[in-house]
Amino acid sequence: MKDEVTREERVDALGGMGCKRKRVEDARFTQGKGNYVDDLKLDGMLFGDFVRSPYAHARVKSVDSSAAMEVPGVLAVLTAADLEPLGLHWMPTLAGDKMMVLADGKVLYQGQEVAFVVATDRYAAADGIESVEVEYEELPVLVDPFEALQSDVVLREDLLGADGGTPDGAHGPRNHPNHIFTWEAGDKDATEQVIGAADVVAEEMVYYHRTHPCPLETCGCVASMDKVNGKLTLWGTFQAPHAIRTVVSLISGIEEHNIRVISPDIGGGFGNKVGAYPGYVCSVVASIVTGKPVKWIEDRMDNLMTTAFARDYWMQGKIAATKEGKITGLWCHTTADHGGFDACADPTKFPAGFMNICTGSYDIPTAYLAVDGVYTNKAPGGVAYRCSFRVTEAAYFIERMIEVLAIELGMDAAELRRINFIKAEQFPYQSALGWEYDSGDYHTAWGKAMAAVGYDDLRAEQAQRVADFKAGKTRKLLGIGLCHFTEIVGAGPVKNCDILGLGMFDSCEIRIHPTGSAIARLGTISQGQGHATTFAQILATEIGLPADSITIEEGDTDTAPYGLGTYGSRSTPVAGAATAMAGRKIRAKAQMIAAYLLEVHDGDVEFDVDRFVVKGAPERFKTMKEIAFASYNQAIPGLEPGLEAVSYYDPPNMTYPFGAYVCVMEIDVDTGEHEIRQFYALDDCGTRINPMIIEGQVHGGLTEALAIAMGQEIAYDEMGNVKTATLMDFFLPTAVETPHYTTDHTVTPSPHHPIGAKGVGESPNVGGVPAFSNAVHDAFRAFGLRQSHMPHDHWRIWKIANELGLHG
Amino acid sequence: MSNKMHIKLTVNGAEEEFLAEPRELLIYTLRERLGITGPHIGCETSHCGACTVNLNGKTIKSCTMFVAQANGAEVTTIEGMGGPDALHPLQEAFKEHHGLQCGYCTPGMITRAAKLLEENPSPTEEEVRFGMAGNLCRCTGYQNIVKAIMAAAADMSSSKEAAQ
Repeated sequence: MKDEVTREERVDALGGMGCKRKRVEDARFTQGKGNYVDDLKLDGMLFGDFVRSPYAHARVKSVDSSAAMEVPGVLAVLTAADLEPLGLHWMPTLAGDKMMVLADGKVLYQGQEVAFVVATDRYAAADGIESVEVEYEELPVLVDPFEALQSDVVLREDLLGADGGTPDGAHGPRNHPNHIFTWEAGDKDATEQVIGAADVVAEEMVYYHRTHPCPLETCGCVASMDKVNGKLTLWGTFQAPHAIRTVVSLISGIEEHNIRVISPDIGGGFGNKVGAYPGYVCSVVASIVTGKPVKWIEDRMDNLMTTAFARDYWMQGKIAATKEGKITGLWCHTTADHGGFDACADPTKFPAGFMNICTGSYDIPTAYLAVDGVYTNKAPGGVAYRCSFRVTEAAYFIERMIEVLAIELGMDAAELRRINFIKAEQFPYQSALGWEYDSGDYHTAWGKAMAAVGYDDLRAEQAQRVADFKAGKTRKLLGIGLCHFTEIVGAGPVKNCDILGLGMFDSCEIRIHPTGSAIARLGTISQGQGHATTFAQILATEIGLPADSITIEEGDTDTAPYGLGTYGSRSTPVAGAATAMAGRKIRAKAQMIAAYLLEVHDGDVEFDVDRFVVKGAPERFKTMKEIAFASYNQAIPGLEPGLEAVSYYDPPNMTYPFGAYVCVMEIDVDTGEHEIRQFYALDDCGTRINPMIIEGQVHGGLTEALAIAMGQEIAYDEMGNVKTATLMDFFLPTAVETPHYTTDHTVTPSPHHPIGAKGVGESPNVGGVPAFSNAVHDAFRAFGLRQSHMPHDHWRIWKIANELGLHG
Repeated sequence: MSNKMHIKLTVNGAEEEFLAEPRELLIYTLRERLGITGPHIGCETSHCGACTVNLNGKTIKSCTMFVAQANGAEVTTIEGMGGPDALHPLQEAFKEHHGLQCGYCTPGMITRAAKLLEENPSPTEEEVRFGMAGNLCRCTGYQNIVKAIMAAAADMSSSKEAAQ
C-alpha cells in the first residue's frame, strides 16, 4: 500500500477544472425525478389559461364572460377591465416599451391574450375559454416591416401624441407611428466615402428569418399568495429569477422582501424564458383574487405563437475591398421587425443588441451600422435564441457578405477570410463599431480547420462534381460551407450593460461546512448547461475541496445572491468569474488560518492543490479540510469564526469566443434534399472547464443551427395567421436528420477573466447557421447563385435550382 | 359527472382503479391523478415524445391517447425502469455518455430506448437513429444519446451472455 499520495493524484481527487466530470444532475433526470414547474402540485391549486385572439389586428368591442362563469369548475375570468384598477392591464417591457397584459381595446397579433380563465383544472379552464364571448372588429393587417413604415394604418395608437404626432420613444426619435427607434454605430460619412472610392463593392440584402427558441418545456408558472403572511411565492420557468422578482415588485407594488421567486428545473430555455409574460402577471393576480395557488402552463401553440420569437432582421449590406481582397469598409442598414410591442430582451443601451459586432473576425478599418425597429402585427419578443443579443444576426450577416464579396472578387472564400482576419498580435483589438476584442488567434484556428477537413481536396472534388453535373453524369452538387465567427458574450460591464436599470453583474456566495464540504449559491440558473457540475469544478480548483463535496444551488431568490440570470452565454464569463473570486476570498482567509495553525506568518504559507504548505517545507501543511474545521473550533486572534465568502463580479469587458466551422453538404438538384456529409466544428472558448460538457453544448447548438438554417421558421400569411404553430409545421430535427459532428478546439484564454474562460453554449448556434447556409449557397456558386434566404428547406432549395435553370 | 367511465390500469406494476371522463388523456391521468411526473408534456400533438410510455408492449405517446383507450392496459413509465439502488443500464449509459442536458426529454427517451432494445437488442447506429426518431431533444443534438443507447445495448447483451 502506498503511504504517500502524489500531487497528481491529489489534483485528480478534486475533480476540478479541465476534467470530464460526470454530471451530478443526471441521477434525478434519468430516473424521472426532475422537478419542473408543471410537476408542482399544491393544495387547492387552480389552473389558469387564456382566451386568445384569432385575429392579428382587431378592435375588441366586448368581452362577455357571463356564460363562462356558469361553466362547472370555472372560478374567475380576468379581463383588462379587471386589471385596470390595479394598474396591471399593461406592463413595462424589457426594451423600454409597454405591452398589454390582456387586450385593452384592441389586439395586435394572433394569439394575443384577451382574457384569463381560472378553473379547478385544465379541462374546466378549456371549457371556460370556449364560453367566453369576444366581439372583434377586424382591422387592416401589417406583416411586412417595410410596408408598415409606409402605411397609414397605425398599430400603436396608445403611443400617438396628443396632437396625433409621433413622440420620441425609449430610444430616441421616431419617424413614423409604426417606427420604434433608429440606432446607429460607427462612422457613416467615412464609410460611405470608403465605399464610394473602393475597387470592389459587394451589395446584398441578407434576411435572417423569424424563428423561435422552442425549448421542449414551454413557459409556465405557479403563483401562490399567502394572504396571512403577505408573502407571494412564484415558481416558474425563469432564466432570470432575481430580475423577475424585481419586476414583479415594481409592477405589483408588493415589497420585494415579500416576494420569493423560484426557478425549479428548467426544461431548456434558449432565450424563451428570459422575458416577463402576461401569464405570470395573470397568475399572480388570480392567486390574489382567489386566495389559492394558480398554475399557468403554455401549450405548444401558445408558446410558438406568443412568447419570444427570435431574429426577423432584414440586413442590407455593402462591403468594400481592394482588388486583392483586402476589406476596406462595411456598411449595414437593418430593418428589424419587432412585432406588436417592443419586448426585445437586450441591455437597455442596446436596442439592437450587440448587432454592432457585425464586423466579425475581420480587421475592417471603417464601418457603419444603422438599425430601424418597426412595429408589425406579429408577436413581440426578439429574444436572443441561443445567442448573445443579436450576435447570431451579426455573424450571419458578415459571413454571408464575405461569401458575396468572394464571388464579386472571383476569390476563394477561405483565402478571403484568411487575409482579412484580425491578427493575433492585434489583440486587444478595437473594432470600428466600438468593441474591444479581448483575445484571439484566428489564423491558427482557421489553419487547423482547413487542414482537418482537407480543404484543397474538397475544392478539387467540388470542381470535378460541377464538371460531372454539366456533363450529365450526376444530379448532386457539393457545397462547402465555411464560417469563422467571433462572438461577444458575458454581458456585461455595469458601466454599459443593464436591464431595467439592473447592472448585469453576477454573484456567488460560498459557505464551507465544518467537515470540509461546502455549498455555493449563484445568481444564475441552469437550464441544462450543467452548472451544478461545472461551477463545483471551478470551486474545487480554487479552494481545494473535492467537487463532489460541493453543492451548487441556484434559482431561489430567498437564498441565492442577486444576479441577472442565465442567457447570452453569461454564466461562465460573469457568474463563473464571481465563483472564482469568491473562492479566492475563501482561500485568503484559509491562508491566515493555516498560518496560525502552523505557527508561521501568513506570507510563509502557499496554496498547493488542496492544502497550504509552509514554503520550503512541504511536509508541514494543513489541508483545506483541516482548515475548514479549524475555522469553526479555534479562537483565532483577529479572525471571525466560520469560512464564508461572497463575490459580486462586475466584468471589466465582454469575452469574445470564436470558432472555425466547415460543413460539407450534398444537394440533390431535383428534389432539393440535402445530406450533411461532414461537419467540423473548432471552438475556442478560452479555458475549458469540462470538455465533456463543452462537446455536448456544441452538438446541441449545432443542431439548433441546423434547424434554423434548413427549415425552422415562424411564418405568417398576409392576414397575420401563424402558419407554423405546431411541431407538425415548425421544424425540430430528429435523430435521423441530425448529422454526426466532429469537434475540435484551440485555447486562447480571456486575459481579463479570473480563470480565462469565455463561455461556449451559444457559439455553435452563432457559427453553425452561416456554415449550413453557406454550404447551400456554395453548392450553387458555380451556377451563379449569390443570395437566397433561409430557411433552406427542400422546397426552397429546389426553387434555387429551378430558378438557375438546372432542371433542364 | 354521469358520463364518467370506470377505468382499470396497471402502472409500473401497481393496479389503479378510478372513474374518469372519456376525454381524459393518459398523460393527465399519469401526471395529475397518479402523481407520476416522469413523463412530460412537450407538444400535445405526438411529435416530441416527452410523454412517451410503454403500453402493452408498445411505445406510445400518452399525450394523444385517452385513458379510456388504455383501459385494462399495463403501462410502464420511467419510474418503472430502475431506481436509486438498481439503475437500468440505459439510465447508467445516459449518465456515462452525457446523453442528456436539461433532462426534459430524458424519461421519454429512455423509455423508448428500452423498448427499442427489446425489439432489436443489437441495433446499428442508423437503426438507433430511426428507432428514436419519435423522440425530440433540443439540447444534445442526439450524438451522445445514440452513443449511450449503443453502449447500453452492448452492455445488456454482454450481461445476457454472461447470465447464459
